[in-house]
Amino acid sequence: MPLEYKMVIKDFSFYYQSFQALRNIDLKISTKGIFAIFGPARSGKTTLLKSLNRLTDLIFGTKHTGNIFLDGADIYNPQLSPTQLRRRIGMVFDLPTPLPMSIFDNMAYGPKLGGTTQKRRLSEIIEKGLRSAVLWDEVKDRLHTSALRLSGGQQQRLCIARILALEPEVLLLDNPCSGLDPISTASIEETLRQLKNEYTIILVPNSIQQASRVAD
Amino acid sequence: MVYRARYITQGIAKVFIWIAALSTIGVMILILFQVLAEGIPALHLRFFLDSPKNMGREGGILPTIIGTFALTAVAVLFATPLGVGTAIFLREYTRESRISRMIRFGTDCLAGVPSIIFGLFGFVFFVIYLNMGWSILSGGLTLAAMILPTIISTAEEAIKGIPPSYREVSYSLGGTKWQTVTHTILPSALPGIFTGILLSVGRSIGETAAVILTAGSSLMMPTSLFSPIRTMSVHFYILAREGISIKMAYGTGAALILLVLFVNTVANWLLNRYIRHRA
Amino acid sequence: METKEKIIEKILLLVALSSITVLALITFFIFEQGLPLIWKIGPKAFILGQKWIPSKGLFGIFPMIFSSFLVTFGALSLGIPLGLACTIFLCEWSPTSVGTILRPAIQLLAAIPSVIYGFWGLVVLVPLVRNYMGGPGLSILSGSVILGFMILPTIISISEDSMKALPPTYKAGALALGATHWQTIWRVLIPAAKSGIVASIILGMGRAIGETMAMIMILGNAVKMPTSFLDSARTLTTNIGIEMGYASGDHRQALFATGVVLFIIIMLLNSLAIFLSRRRTG
Repeated sequence: MPLEYKMVIKDFSFYYQSFQALRNIDLKISTKGIFAIFGPARSGKTTLLKSLNRLTDLIFGTKHTGNIFLDGADIYNPQLSPTQLRRRIGMVFDLPTPLPMSIFDNMAYGPKLGGTTQKRRLSEIIEKGLRSAVLWDEVKDRLHTSALRLSGGQQQRLCIARILALEPEVLLLDNPCSGLDPISTASIEETLRQLKNEYTIILVPNSIQQASRVAD
Repeated sequence: MVYRARYITQGIAKVFIWIAALSTIGVMILILFQVLAEGIPALHLRFFLDSPKNMGREGGILPTIIGTFALTAVAVLFATPLGVGTAIFLREYTRESRISRMIRFGTDCLAGVPSIIFGLFGFVFFVIYLNMGWSILSGGLTLAAMILPTIISTAEEAIKGIPPSYREVSYSLGGTKWQTVTHTILPSALPGIFTGILLSVGRSIGETAAVILTAGSSLMMPTSLFSPIRTMSVHFYILAREGISIKMAYGTGAALILLVLFVNTVANWLLNRYIRHRA
Repeated sequence: METKEKIIEKILLLVALSSITVLALITFFIFEQGLPLIWKIGPKAFILGQKWIPSKGLFGIFPMIFSSFLVTFGALSLGIPLGLACTIFLCEWSPTSVGTILRPAIQLLAAIPSVIYGFWGLVVLVPLVRNYMGGPGLSILSGSVILGFMILPTIISISEDSMKALPPTYKAGALALGATHWQTIWRVLIPAAKSGIVASIILGMGRAIGETMAMIMILGNAVKMPTSFLDSARTLTTNIGIEMGYASGDHRQALFATGVVLFIIIMLLNSLAIFLSRRRTG
């Protein structure tokens, strides 16, 4: 596979028990930039995204056929660990989902589980992640307060920052601005515009207008 | 005519129900009042710090207090990891299958076994077969078996109440299943689990039949986990039934009730707070 | 890392099997100790025999079985009406001042240790029965009353869950059709919650048959067939509880055998209750 494509989805079908959610999908996603996916409601967009980082493994009774490649390697190869995969491909969900802990602990969650425990290194990673998500200035003085106290837009940016702390290669965003007010939406879109030069982003946008504003 | 009759029936029924409710409250007050009124005067500091003298006619109840605490501690120590582990397995590592149904059935059955049977079991298994003798260990392990079902069901309820999104987030940040359990699920379920433990503690404190057959009834201060011991409830029972000392019986009873009430009140308060917090 | 996860999963499976293991151990050891004696004397002689004289090797537990059921029956006669009444009260009149006291009162009743119940029965109820109704006071009547209150919380909590789980449309529909409040409760809600209420009663029965300490303190110690509610008696549980302290040899085995019979009765009852409540929620 030519390496200009970060991810290649080839003839991929997905089944929940006997219900076929995805049928023979073929997609090539270039490295860096924002790739938007459209579709009517319940057409399987979330399923597709979740297949890309193997979150679908957690649901019982699912099957798939076909392949998905990341940098040329099949992600469903049994010798590859899904946990490592999920660090390389991060996901943001449609509702902001901060964990019930402080902002600092939310950010440190991923790196700590990956083995980074040194306090200084953690602080560096956290600051870098929060800056990339354009959240650092707003929270730098209250890193140890509960993340549940942030506004919706801030929480969602925290979710983005959380993933960035793991230094992933791909970001998956499923309707990230649903339920957010226009100001928060604008700030997230701005964040995405800044990120697209560094990361490969696959986005299910909230509207066609959003796609035209940010996608390539 | 018929119209009238309906309302007469309703009136009678209402009166009956009100009487029932009031008498239930009344009886509860009667029981508590009886024991506490006669017993609290006996509760001075020496009562708690002295050992019994003269087969319990005088002195205090210190060894029994230690016995109660020791037995409860052993029970909680063994039952909590087993119970919480079972709950984690049922909720995180399997779905509804033959194994999970079997485990739940076993747990429900265990919850229904009467305490005297636990006593017989503890006696033949821990005291005789495993040669632990009448001891804190035998009694504590028997109690652990008794409270296991309670811990399993409260832990399961606590884990069930955790939003699925927490799990998704943890996994998507690269957590393994066990890491998700230890870093996200257990910390969030802790209040519920703790409440279950408290409820079990309340039950263990009042348990008599199983304890008497496994921990013995020695009034001496225990020296190790293998020492026989008399708990407060056993002491109370022996004092009352053998007619040794009504005054000491009342005192021990009052101490027992106060302890149980305290633990249960805290547990219920936590339960309400936790439920309200979640909702 | 993946192997560590697999090991943890296996360990958790073993841990989860602990409750079944304990149940199996209990069943095994109780039967292992008790069955040989039942075989030795003959099941019919053991279960139907009416004489229990350990020194002569006579082990008939029929009076105990009979007394267990008598006391339980008495307890249910008190517990079911009172329990249903309190359940209805809690579901329909909860916000009143009495209602807010009733629930904590029931929780307290549930928390009180059985020995305290027994003690209260001994010093308050037994003399009352003795003075006003005759007999030794230590009687099946006293036992039934105390036991009735002991199983009250069990019946109430499960029945209440059952009634609360009913769709509110049942009540609204009945009232809209012109039924009085009471008629709605009695003819619509309670029958609808029937299986839950029955399950609660069966569980209450199980608790009643299994109660030991309070019964030892209140029932007296008579080893013969009771002829009236004022007689003293022994239940299966008190039989074990009273004599286990000094029994040995065949005598001790006979007590385990009593345990076997008790165990089987309770397992049957509880399985029935579990089956009924699963059907309700399934």
